[in-house]
Amino acid sequence: MELSGSEIIIQFLKDEGVKYLFGYPGGAVLHIYDALQNQDDVIHILVRHEQGATHAADGYARATGKPGVCLVTSGPGATNAVTGIATAYMDSIPLIVITGQVPSHAIGSDAFQEVDAVGITRPCVKHNFLVKDINKLAETMKKAFYVATTGRPGPVVIDIPKDITAPHIKIPYVYPKQISMRSYNPNLKGHPKQIKRAVELLLSAKRPIIYSGGGVIIDEASDQLRQFVRKLGYPITQTLMGLGAFPGTDPQFIGMLGMHGTYESNMAMHECDVLIAIGARFDDRITGVTSKFCPHAQVIHIDIDPASISKTIKADIPIVGGVKQVLTEMIKILGNARQSPDKAALDIWWKKIKSWQDQKSYAYEQTDGVIQPQAVIEELYKVTKGNAYITSDVGQHQMYAAQFYHFDKPRRWINSGGLGTMGFGLPAAMGVKLAFPKKDVACVTGEGSIQMCIQELSTCLQYNLPIKIINLNNRYLGMVRQWQEFFYEKRYSHVYMDSLPDFVKLAEAYGHVGIKVEDPKDLHDAMKEAFALKDRTVFLDIITDQEANVYPMISAGKAHNEMELSPLQQEIQASLRAKGETV
Amino acid sequence: MRHIVSLLVENEAGALSRIAGLFSARGYNIESLTVATTEDRTLSRMTIITNGSERIIEQITKQLNKLVDVVKLQDFTEGNFIEREMMFVKVKAQGDGPRAEVKRLSDIFRARIIDVTDTTFCIELTGSGEKLDAYIKAMHENNVIEVVRSGSMGILRGEKSLTI
Ligand SMILES: Cc1cc2nc3c(=O)[nH]c(=O)nc-3n(C[C@H](O)[C@H](O)[C@H](O)COP(=O)(O)OP(=O)(O)OC[C@H]3O[C@@H](n4cnc5c(N)ncnc54)[C@H](O)[C@@H]3O)c2cc1C
Ligand SMILES: Cc1ncc(C[n+]2csc(CCOP(=O)(O)OP(=O)(O)O)c2C)c(N)n1
Ligand SMILES: [Mg+2]
Repeated sequence: MELSGSEIIIQFLKDEGVKYLFGYPGGAVLHIYDALQNQDDVIHILVRHEQGATHAADGYARATGKPGVCLVTSGPGATNAVTGIATAYMDSIPLIVITGQVPSHAIGSDAFQEVDAVGITRPCVKHNFLVKDINKLAETMKKAFYVATTGRPGPVVIDIPKDITAPHIKIPYVYPKQISMRSYNPNLKGHPKQIKRAVELLLSAKRPIIYSGGGVIIDEASDQLRQFVRKLGYPITQTLMGLGAFPGTDPQFIGMLGMHGTYESNMAMHECDVLIAIGARFDDRITGVTSKFCPHAQVIHIDIDPASISKTIKADIPIVGGVKQVLTEMIKILGNARQSPDKAALDIWWKKIKSWQDQKSYAYEQTDGVIQPQAVIEELYKVTKGNAYITSDVGQHQMYAAQFYHFDKPRRWINSGGLGTMGFGLPAAMGVKLAFPKKDVACVTGEGSIQMCIQELSTCLQYNLPIKIINLNNRYLGMVRQWQEFFYEKRYSHVYMDSLPDFVKLAEAYGHVGIKVEDPKDLHDAMKEAFALKDRTVFLDIITDQEANVYPMISAGKAHNEMELSPLQQEIQASLRAKGETV
Repeated sequence: MRHIVSLLVENEAGALSRIAGLFSARGYNIESLTVATTEDRTLSRMTIITNGSERIIEQITKQLNKLVDVVKLQDFTEGNFIEREMMFVKVKAQGDGPRAEVKRLSDIFRARIIDVTDTTFCIELTGSGEKLDAYIKAMHENNVIEVVRSGSMGILRGEKSLTI
């Protein structure tokens, strides 16, 4: 088969099983766009901003586990994509970004719309390529997919000069089914001795805790995790990125940990004697100040990326390997082990955890006439029966969603954790909806975040993507305001969202349905109505308590046992204490 | 502590900037970095001298290994290895006395004079970093016009080798 560079790109994507290509045209990719016209195997989704393309592809990847693919032009197309690339990089999401480049002979001459895309993206990609020879195009694309999807996944950029895609230069094309790279061989199998040692340590624990993260979802290892946790009977906490890997409604799950995690999970972290980290990277939102982190714990760490291990917290038993393989091994060893978990110690440990749980660290005050943000998420959970795909933007609303929507399955909770990119939620929801058109997809957002990629409402109309946008409208950049309240004596500097648009009219202007909700009494019906409108994009503009805060919270420099509780939680704690019920 | 790390890297455009970029982005120190292709044209050999605590060095080697262009890497520091650096020094050399003195010192250090004018000598010297430092010191600062140092390169002693 003789194909031009442009045709090779498309044929390759087809051969690789890529269904959607999120993109935006421009001069350097005109040849590719011309070739896109003549086929319908790879469906192009025209976004309204290249950032939207990257987030949409990212959302698709997070929901499906398959790589998301984007196509953007050179110069501003490439720079607009950078935020999305960095977002995917921080959360280890497989993304392929094809950037057009000025013709080879013009590279380096400050040509029109020239930027050094490989240079600009270098620090936020897993790897990137500049294609210099059409004969290497297919092979390079294969390498890109291979690198992006294996080991610790991540975004890969392929920069393709315009002359490589010229229609009149054709070469023979064969799909490279397999590729091997001498410099890249991710290791999946953990060291058997280390695994054995880890199991022994786990079985000797008196106050164990399992701390699992995004790596479990990436490796599709939920089943293994569930078996493992069941077998041991130990409490499990999950990171923001790990939610759903283990069922959120299971009694062994004691809630998210970290800055806005539950009291019980953070206290358990602080008091544990054995900690096993599974596909989690000891992020600073988790550890707080590292010198006070888990002071009594021996640490086991399973991670596919050796650089994640002992980066911030030293692992006593490091295990480099894939979560799935390592857990499978561990389950096997547990099955044959003569020793079993220390039942008596575990009973005491669970009692202690229950006493922490009794403090209801997520409790919030219900108010008449004012909608509490937490109540919106609870309503969303009820109406969707916990079955929806939830994407989120960044801020307080994101934390409420993580706290109050209980994810029982992996890949249902889709948010930007590592980079914390406002603007992620809406385009990500588009990617999810394309992947699962029959499923409910909601984007939990705030009036600040939604305006960062609001233009994608237009894409939703063009491709008929009936997403439900749940806007927790507190008229504040709430997360920033909260910090200013706590740490800057309420000096609110530039966090008030003045001159907000009328979101209902805005949604309507984009051809969608807009519903404004101000009274708690209307919340349920509005939510029901939004999801009943099966084939419409609905913007629920929900006016929420303006100065609600996310609790509990571990402030900078504090340890897990120094959480700040809400006034209500403090009351609960005090009354428990009065009854002599706290440990 | 000072560490000497030796790498085999794909001889691709951009490989060097990935490595240099890693050090600057993560705030690691580079004392010196040398690079050239090997007998196998598709590979470059690199020697990096860096310093940091054990934890930092562990991260440096892990992060380097993680780069897709890095084929193989070894921290020589703990093992048995040879380290050399090359240097050119241009010095003032005017009048019989000073010229003889430079020649004498160069002999002691086993340096070679590779270029001569009426007023200057250019000297080539190979050795450990300390030896090169000592030579410069012996030359007296105000006589030294220019110094060009290659940065260190290293190789393992004995039968061990860093090859693919
Ligand atoms: C406003 C805001 C507040 C936040 N508050 C919190 C909070 O309270 N609590 C919280 O938890 N987070 C919070 N975060 C998120 C936080 O910043 C991090 O993104 C998150 O904690 C990282 O999750 P993780 O450790 O699961 O790592 P991920 O980023 O998901 O990384 C996955 C890890 O698994 C490894 N891995 C990948 N694939 C495999 C495999 N196949 N096998 C084995 N290992 C693998 C990777 O190498 C990596 O180390 C917050 C973010 C924002 C924006
Ligand atoms: C692109 C970007 N810019 C700035 C920030 C810093 N930031 C984090 S949360 C936040 C406020 C978000 O406001 P909103 O979307 O209204 O959500 P709320 O916290 O009010 O729920 C800001 C500005 C960010 N995370 N991303
Ligand atoms: Mg807000």
